Amino acid sequence: MKESIIALSVMAALLGASCALGQHEKPVAPNYKAGALVYAELAKAPDKARAKRNPMENDPDAVAAGQNLFKQHCSECHGSAGYGTEKAPSLRAEGVQSATPGAIFWILTNGVVRRGMPVWSKLPEPQRWQLVSFIRSLGAVSKTLEKKAD
Amino acid sequence: MRVNLPFSSAWLVAALTVFAHSSLAQESPYIVTYDHYLEEPGNLEVEYFSTFGTQRGGSDFHAFWTELEYGATAWWTTELYLDGQTTFRDSTVLTGLRLENRIRPLKHEHFVNPVLYVEYERKNSADKILKEVEGHDVESDFLVPNAEARKEHINELEFKLILSSSVKGWNFAENMIASKNLSNQPWEFGYALGASRPLALKASAKRCSFCRENFIAGVEMYGGLGDRYSFGLNNTSHYVAPVVAWNLPSDWTLRLSTGFGLNGNSHVFLLRWGVSREITGFGSAVSRLFRGRP
Repeated sequence: MKESIIALSVMAALLGASCALGQHEKPVAPNYKAGALVYAELAKAPDKARAKRNPMENDPDAVAAGQNLFKQHCSECHGSAGYGTEKAPSLRAEGVQSATPGAIFWILTNGVVRRGMPVWSKLPEPQRWQLVSFIRSLGAVSKTLEKKAD
Repeated sequence: MRVNLPFSSAWLVAALTVFAHSSLAQESPYIVTYDHYLEEPGNLEVEYFSTFGTQRGGSDFHAFWTELEYGATAWWTTELYLDGQTTFRDSTVLTGLRLENRIRPLKHEHFVNPVLYVEYERKNSADKILKEVEGHDVESDFLVPNAEARKEHINELEFKLILSSSVKGWNFAENMIASKNLSNQPWEFGYALGASRPLALKASAKRCSFCRENFIAGVEMYGGLGDRYSFGLNNTSHYVAPVVAWNLPSDWTLRLSTGFGLNGNSHVFLLRWGVSREITGFGSAVSRLFRGRP
């Protein structure tokens, strides 16, 4: 009986701590400093990964398919248009858009686990490349809008 | 045959109470085996599972459980289970609860990805969910009538080393199980293995229910490996089960598994199915509720 009380207490403490830690760790705030920490992860991609070419770059459906995947898996944190939220930074920022497709693919595969970005290797490789195609397309849209604003 | 359908249905409805905001998950088809993918941080997944099992020399049974799976961080998932069972021509009983934590120790993805699992179970001997098979668990254990079995309470700690790999769209997962009944019982061991793959690797440009990429098919195998004093396959049960998951665009995931016993100590047939829904932003919603801020 004593052992079970101890075990139950330990598990309850773990449960409580996990909820508290989740709340504490969660915000990768929409400010530039927090975003910069995440963008800096892109620079950590190994050269071999960074040099990878997107095998979907000539696929006419890749952006549309990537957009569907983005809505399903990414928009909750990065916002439906990729501008970022309190949980995760903008994907239209220079830090992301200037990264190579291979580096973005590497981040999708490995996540930034200690900063709240989950691993997305559960999506098959072709789907991750479709996501890369969509994320890269956000930069083109941003530039067009900026030109129009000018 | 007397099945307590109202009770099971109430369990299902309670488990799947509709929340405001959910998202399409990419769930694996496994019922027993764990892979290395954790719940996304701040998300809550509500799951209901059923197992229908045949019983030689006794009454067949329908066991069911609810899982509440919360992504505390990107490297820590915590879960609460509530389980029960109906034994035909006997009764329906609640059989216990489980608290589970899974921790991913490594920052990056590797060829083999370890996850550490620790679970506390407070259940009674009428438990029939077969969420894992360990030690000398055999079919004849389930012959005890519910009224008698529920009198014996079990407090157990269970540890798993989960190893999982993703290769060319395939997932391969191996779970090594060690559990300890806290009432001075020996350590028991078990295993679970799984392999699965989506039917298509590319996503379609249009949202669709029946696209091949929404279906993930595979197979899992699980069984006991004896205990500290009699490690091995002697007097253990083993199963092989083709599995399939259907990830619907309407935010639901359905799973189906048909398990077959591999030796005389195993139930001949286990039909398992599950339904789940992922609620995104659950942590933020709770935070707003108590702190009054976004």
